[in-house]
Amino acid sequence: MTTADLHRMTGAYALHALPDDERESFERHLAGCEPCAQETAELAATAARLGLALSAPPRPEMREQVLRRITTVRQQPPGPPDAPRPGRTALRARRLSRWALAACLAAAAALGGTAVWQYERAEDAREQARRAEQGAEEIAAVLAAPDATTRAAALGDGATGAVVVSRDRDRAVFVASGMARPPGGKVYQLWFDDGGAMRSAGLMDPGRADQAVLMEGAVDGASALGITVEPEGGSRRPTSAPVALMELPA
Amino acid sequence: MKEAVHIGRNPSWEPDLQELVGRVALGDEEAFAAVYDRVVSPVLGVVRSVLRDRAQSEEVAQEVLVEVWRTSPAYRPDRGTAINWILTLAHRRAVDRVRSVQAAAARDHKAAALARTPEYDEVVEQVEARIEREQVRRCLRTLTEIQHQAVTLAYYRGLTYRQVAEALTLPLGTVKTRLRDGLIRLRDCLGVTA
Repeated sequence: MTTADLHRMTGAYALHALPDDERESFERHLAGCEPCAQETAELAATAARLGLALSAPPRPEMREQVLRRITTVRQQPPGPPDAPRPGRTALRARRLSRWALAACLAAAAALGGTAVWQYERAEDAREQARRAEQGAEEIAAVLAAPDATTRAAALGDGATGAVVVSRDRDRAVFVASGMARPPGGKVYQLWFDDGGAMRSAGLMDPGRADQAVLMEGAVDGASALGITVEPEGGSRRPTSAPVALMELPA
Repeated sequence: MKEAVHIGRNPSWEPDLQELVGRVALGDEEAFAAVYDRVVSPVLGVVRSVLRDRAQSEEVAQEVLVEVWRTSPAYRPDRGTAINWILTLAHRRAVDRVRSVQAAAARDHKAAALARTPEYDEVVEQVEARIEREQVRRCLRTLTEIQHQAVTLAYYRGLTYRQVAEALTLPLGTVKTRLRDGLIRLRDCLGVTA
């Protein structure tokens, strides 16, 4: 698509009339096109005026339902760069869904559950993730970081892993699903790969197939995450070839 | 549409909405109740305009209002008014829902997405015949017919520009251009700034 084509998309974008793939190309374009961003903001505000002309009376019971619901929903921390803005909600939605998915995995892991969580359950999951244990709080902070990026990979034998990195917080969370039990007396140990040198990032719980682990230590310059099978209690250096190696998201 | 969505007599974007949202951001549940009272009708109006189904609309409207509560700490007044933020969110969520329904329908071969497209006349009737906001009506009238059809199908029915092109049998490029110049004309007529 040419730049001129992208310039013409401001109207369709402001009306939420772009299919997802085109919306993403346009958002990439927007980031570097100040006049487009200005025009998009104005057209989004114009679209909202069209909405303001509409009104539908709610059922009276809805008020109480919503007011009750918010008492169980924690507010997000103030001031992330993805602050709501007309024309920016799409970006926000993508971040939210990534966060919701990660939160679901984390909650399932923290509770030792293996439930397949629906996106709709995300609010509940977030609440449970928060309450579950203190570790989950720290995990949630990384997952919720505005700059958090995720990389997921199949780990073999049906297991999947995702690593979420917040460069601002300099922390990473590893979320595993469907991990086979390590052999008796062994544990999975996580490592940061600092340009070939492996630095321990803590142990996984051998009893859980699904779990979210706050990796110990700062991410710093690490470029990858490794998992090895080690004797109980872990090792200072890897004593076996990694069962998985994942590059960290940039 | 024959029922449900009508034009509000006093849309609520009073100046104090912004201040209320600021209090909501601090966890003030009373302020949230006041925000609810001011915005629920337009939120439901926007969602129902796109989704049409009453039960689904209510579900999505509730999600939008809870999202307002949850994300209010990140709302930035310098980036737009509170009502614009809330209605943009409402429209986005309604559109997300209608598209996921369409995607499911397409997968199931139950119906092509366009089978769900109403006659655009219905939309126009819904917006124009009962519009309270004289200014919006007046400005919509300044659009060319194609601009008008394209903008109303996209906003009030939540169609993608591709669906709009199909519904109006117009080339894709034309629809993109009309959505943009139509909105620009509305912006200038309504005196919108951002």
